[in-house]
Amino acid sequence: MFSNILIWFVIVPVIMMAGLALCGNDNMKAIRGVMVTGSTALLAMAIYLVVAFLEMRSAGNTDEMLFTGSWIWYAPLNIHLAVGVDGISVLMLLLSAVIVFAGTFASWKISPLPKNFFLWFALLSTGVFGFFISIDMFTMFMFYEVALIPMYLLIGVWGTGRKEYSAMKLTLMLMGGSAFLMLGLLGIYWHSAPEGGTLTWNILEISHNAAVDPSWQRLLFCFTFVGFGVLGAMFPFHTWSPDGHACAPTAVSMLHAGVLMKLGGYGCFRIAIFLLPQAANELAWIFIILTGISVVYGAFSACVQTDLKYINAYSSVSHCGMVLFAILMLNTTAMTGAILQMLSHGLMTALFFALIGMIYGRTHTRDIRQMGGLMQIMPYLGVCYMIAGFASLGLPGLSGFVAEMTIFFGAFQDADLFHRIFVIAATTSIVITAVYILRVVGKLVLGPVVDEHHRQLTDASWWERFSTVTLIVCLAGIGFFPNWINETIQQSFEPIVNVLNQAI
Amino acid sequence: MDLEMLWYLVPSVIMFCAGVFGFITRKNTIALLLSLELMLNAADLNFVVFNRYLFPGSMEGMVFTLFAIAIAAAETAIAIAIIINIYRAVGNSDITSAQKMKF
Amino acid sequence: MDITLPILILAIPFAMFLILGIGGVKMPRKLAGSIGILANGALLACCYTVAFTYFFSGDPLFIIDGVRQQYQVFDVTWLAFTDRLVVNIGFLLDPICAMMLVVISTISFMVHLYSWGYMEHEPGFQRYYAFLALFTFSMLGLVVATNIFQMYIFWELVGVSSFLLIGFFYKLPSAVSASKKAFIVTRFADLFMLIGILVLSYYVAQTPADGPLGGASAFNFLMLNSHPTNVLASTLGATFMGGSVLTWAMILIFVGGMGKSAMLPLHIWLPDAMEGPTPVSALIHAATMVVAGVYLVARFFPMYCIVPDSLTFITVVGAITAFYAAVVACAQIDIKRVLAFSTISQIAFMMVSLGCAYDQPIEGVHYSGLGYMAGMFHLFTHAMFKALLFLGAGALIHAVHSNDYTKMGGLRKYMPITHWTFLIGCLAIAGIPPFSGFFSKDEMLTAMYNRDIIWGVWMTIVAGLTAFYMFRIYYLIFWWEENPEYKHDGHKPHDAPWQMSLPLIILAAVSCVAGFIPFGEFVTFNGEPYHIHLEGWVAGTSITVAVLAIALATVMYAKKNPLPSKMRQAMPGLWMAAHKRFYWDEIYMFVTHKIIFGGICRAIAWFDRHIIDGTMDALAAVTNFCSVKIKSFQSGNVQAYVAWYLLGALLLGAITWICLL
Repeated sequence: MFSNILIWFVIVPVIMMAGLALCGNDNMKAIRGVMVTGSTALLAMAIYLVVAFLEMRSAGNTDEMLFTGSWIWYAPLNIHLAVGVDGISVLMLLLSAVIVFAGTFASWKISPLPKNFFLWFALLSTGVFGFFISIDMFTMFMFYEVALIPMYLLIGVWGTGRKEYSAMKLTLMLMGGSAFLMLGLLGIYWHSAPEGGTLTWNILEISHNAAVDPSWQRLLFCFTFVGFGVLGAMFPFHTWSPDGHACAPTAVSMLHAGVLMKLGGYGCFRIAIFLLPQAANELAWIFIILTGISVVYGAFSACVQTDLKYINAYSSVSHCGMVLFAILMLNTTAMTGAILQMLSHGLMTALFFALIGMIYGRTHTRDIRQMGGLMQIMPYLGVCYMIAGFASLGLPGLSGFVAEMTIFFGAFQDADLFHRIFVIAATTSIVITAVYILRVVGKLVLGPVVDEHHRQLTDASWWERFSTVTLIVCLAGIGFFPNWINETIQQSFEPIVNVLNQAI
Repeated sequence: MDLEMLWYLVPSVIMFCAGVFGFITRKNTIALLLSLELMLNAADLNFVVFNRYLFPGSMEGMVFTLFAIAIAAAETAIAIAIIINIYRAVGNSDITSAQKMKF
Repeated sequence: MDITLPILILAIPFAMFLILGIGGVKMPRKLAGSIGILANGALLACCYTVAFTYFFSGDPLFIIDGVRQQYQVFDVTWLAFTDRLVVNIGFLLDPICAMMLVVISTISFMVHLYSWGYMEHEPGFQRYYAFLALFTFSMLGLVVATNIFQMYIFWELVGVSSFLLIGFFYKLPSAVSASKKAFIVTRFADLFMLIGILVLSYYVAQTPADGPLGGASAFNFLMLNSHPTNVLASTLGATFMGGSVLTWAMILIFVGGMGKSAMLPLHIWLPDAMEGPTPVSALIHAATMVVAGVYLVARFFPMYCIVPDSLTFITVVGAITAFYAAVVACAQIDIKRVLAFSTISQIAFMMVSLGCAYDQPIEGVHYSGLGYMAGMFHLFTHAMFKALLFLGAGALIHAVHSNDYTKMGGLRKYMPITHWTFLIGCLAIAGIPPFSGFFSKDEMLTAMYNRDIIWGVWMTIVAGLTAFYMFRIYYLIFWWEENPEYKHDGHKPHDAPWQMSLPLIILAAVSCVAGFIPFGEFVTFNGEPYHIHLEGWVAGTSITVAVLAIALATVMYAKKNPLPSKMRQAMPGLWMAAHKRFYWDEIYMFVTHKIIFGGICRAIAWFDRHIIDGTMDALAAVTNFCSVKIKSFQSGNVQAYVAWYLLGALLLGAITWICLL
């Protein structure tokens, strides 16, 4: 079991937690030591995994999932700890590792209770990594819950503003989503053996058996898609996101917007669409409407916000809406775009939230009306903010452009009028995004200094630079050389699209 | 039903009802304790009676009665300890003065 | 062909951007500036070598039987959406591309040199050179694009470098809002372009890979342009609102060009873009980036020709814009704004010229592709003399510290070099022989008269207006009445340092001789050479009109006199409207701020907070309300618990009994 590298993605965070538990409560050196070692190890493992994965693929291994392993966990219900990755999960693991790494540096000076903060942080990453390596629906769901719960404490204890309210709202809405999800998963489980064999939670087996009864698929599709859609901030279930992000501490916002929201999109295609293809073909239109609204609605809402975090939270609604929108187009190109958008949005939003945290730590306000001309005071942070903004509005050379273009070109492949209208509506978001990004950049970064007290503030420290540079390099890396990622993802979507095409 | 068994059960029911009535209406905690004992003893009596008349071959009812008596003794000791503590805390032993544990 | 030089053409400016952008902060100014200028000199050499190789080497790759060929130097896959939708990054060499390489590298070098003097004392000197390098990189990438998508990529990049350079003085709110405006307006136009590309590529990608369009990428210019009728056929006659889908796609793509080239009604960003440093205006907003729209139409010319409706659309948009901008330019006070509107007008001139061209022979027309050649010729000459005028304006602003002509007047004595070069620029743009503008404008007018006399007459009027407003500001700056402040020694204006004067002189020299270049030998729509000859009556008319307009300007503005203010009082409405640019900005302000921002965005944000979020909060509130209502059950009264328990037990017993009965 321990020879499988994937298991170590869960074990390493657990070891980190054990290490943290042994540290003294305020021994910052030891705590940082554990966190930096652990997150570096995770990043190294993720990079190794990507390389190993690509090598296996280029060596001609065409299995759906590589590095598979399955260990029985609870025999009466046939629950396994089943792991395996395809190109998408590999990239998601890499994304999570990058963000955990950057998040560690972004919360270098967290207080109070640094040890407990990092304990929960490590638990959160356990859940995230566990989710992406699982191919057993039950363990997947379990890790999903493991990732959600620490959120409550992380926001409720270390947050700012109306933190208890936001933490409660976030937890309750996501839990509501998981209730639907659990129903959907149980339904799939009960229908996983149509010819009376053993019921299974294993995603691959279920899809190979083409198991779920078509008459049940519609209901289960709605349950699972809504369940994951809540986490993916789908309209109208997105309102936990602005409040939650606004109150969360920096690293948590980063991890939440950067990775946790991706769990939603990932689950949508891995479970809702892959296992329930007929319903996906039939009912996609409902969710295309909802996500199409998300895209435009989030962007318009972001235009009038004055709190930096609210702006980015609404922008996340728009961008994550784009992810789900693209997934629902049900063709390889658009779905590839969705994954690219997940990666891009993950890195970019993490960068945004990191920068907002850094700015807030200095100015003690997030209201754009009370700040201005930061370029003159902290040029490094100002430049980074502009880069993040450009990534968000889809400047070529950064990842957002690649993702959006892939989505639009993929989505445009559906020739009927309904899809056309929604695609064109979604494309308008590139203009609206430009509007709100430039509005913020113009007010916050450029222009005259609004508050003279801000002139004494300092520019970024080394750990902050390290954290942001990591993310910017990744953003530019995808933006400049998108094709290898693109190919990796496209390959992984083939089985899913095949299933969909057969189901029509 | 066997008439002889009824002879035992009717007093037991009366005892139980008296216990319930006492438990609900009395204010003094000692009286509550007494009502509780009445109910317990009514139950014990039933155990014995059913065992004796319905399953004469076995001894479980008897054993459980003994067990319950022992438990009741221990329970009484704890209850009196609690009552004394309440008395020390509030100066009387009325149940109405021990209503702090609520929503 | 060796690919080293083409790669260097893209690599040098990009490397400069990274070096100066990342390391510039630590560099001394002189070092950063000299690195920038030297690298740009190297770039100039590369571009000239490539262009001269293309035009003069006679290599069969470039020219076969006297017909110039399009040649893809390299083309590598960047991103593959599907098998047919593949985005390549490459280097396409053809006449217009080679011509643009010369234009961009020349103007860019002049501006680099000029900025050395102009920006010397500005903070952020290093950053300025980094942005210039970024712009040069993007613009070169745009003109060498092998496919529409590469063009779109660099199209966005020039947009952002324009944003960065307009907002160079980022402490000024006016510069920030101008840069935002420029970016958002062009982004809005690019949205249409993107939709156009989506439509176009969708239909092309639908054709089988072994069909007449071949298996290559659906974006590729060579493929699209060499089989335009097959592209049209691939839409299977799909129509939308009465036009073929291809017409719509081409018009949508052109809308992107309208944004970049500041055609009506998307022109509003260009006058504001003058907030940027003046050399930037010369480079980006006069000579190179703003002609991207013209370049786009020229690039897609065969495609536009098979859907002639779109050519008509281009002509109409161009004609309206040209006239509008010329009228507005007559009533501006800021000299850079005058030049900006003049740029809009001249670009619209090129658009009309392209719109009047056609790739098939037309009956009664001597050479139907003349408009194409003339438009490109004017693009070339205009780039030179408009950059000259802007750099001249920069020298004036440098000396007077104001953009308003009211602060100038009588400057010819103080700034002779600027005066003479500016005059050459004005003569060139007014179309007086032998300056370059005359030749290109004459060819354009000939093409328009050939196509339809209406366009010819209309654009001749515009040409007259051009001569008038250029000489209006020329006189107001250099003649009129000397500004009394110059008498004080401290304020005495003087010619700019050599770094600034040298580019002026070079560009003035180019503007004098560029008209004699046999441009038709190099650039035509199909690569076959065309021998330029002047149409006597067209030349005669246009010279007469120009001379009359200059004479009128001389009468009105050569000396201080009350005539202009009388004219103004005679038509106060027209003057005010023209001065306010016919209220386009106000209309946009109303639509964007009041309707979109104040109406839609605020409404949605309110809806989100109060309806959507309110629903969620209401759910929580209902739960809370219920729990408050039932919490009194847990009263702390043990006896009550027992009573309830008893009641429950009895009820259950009763229910069980009833059920058993």
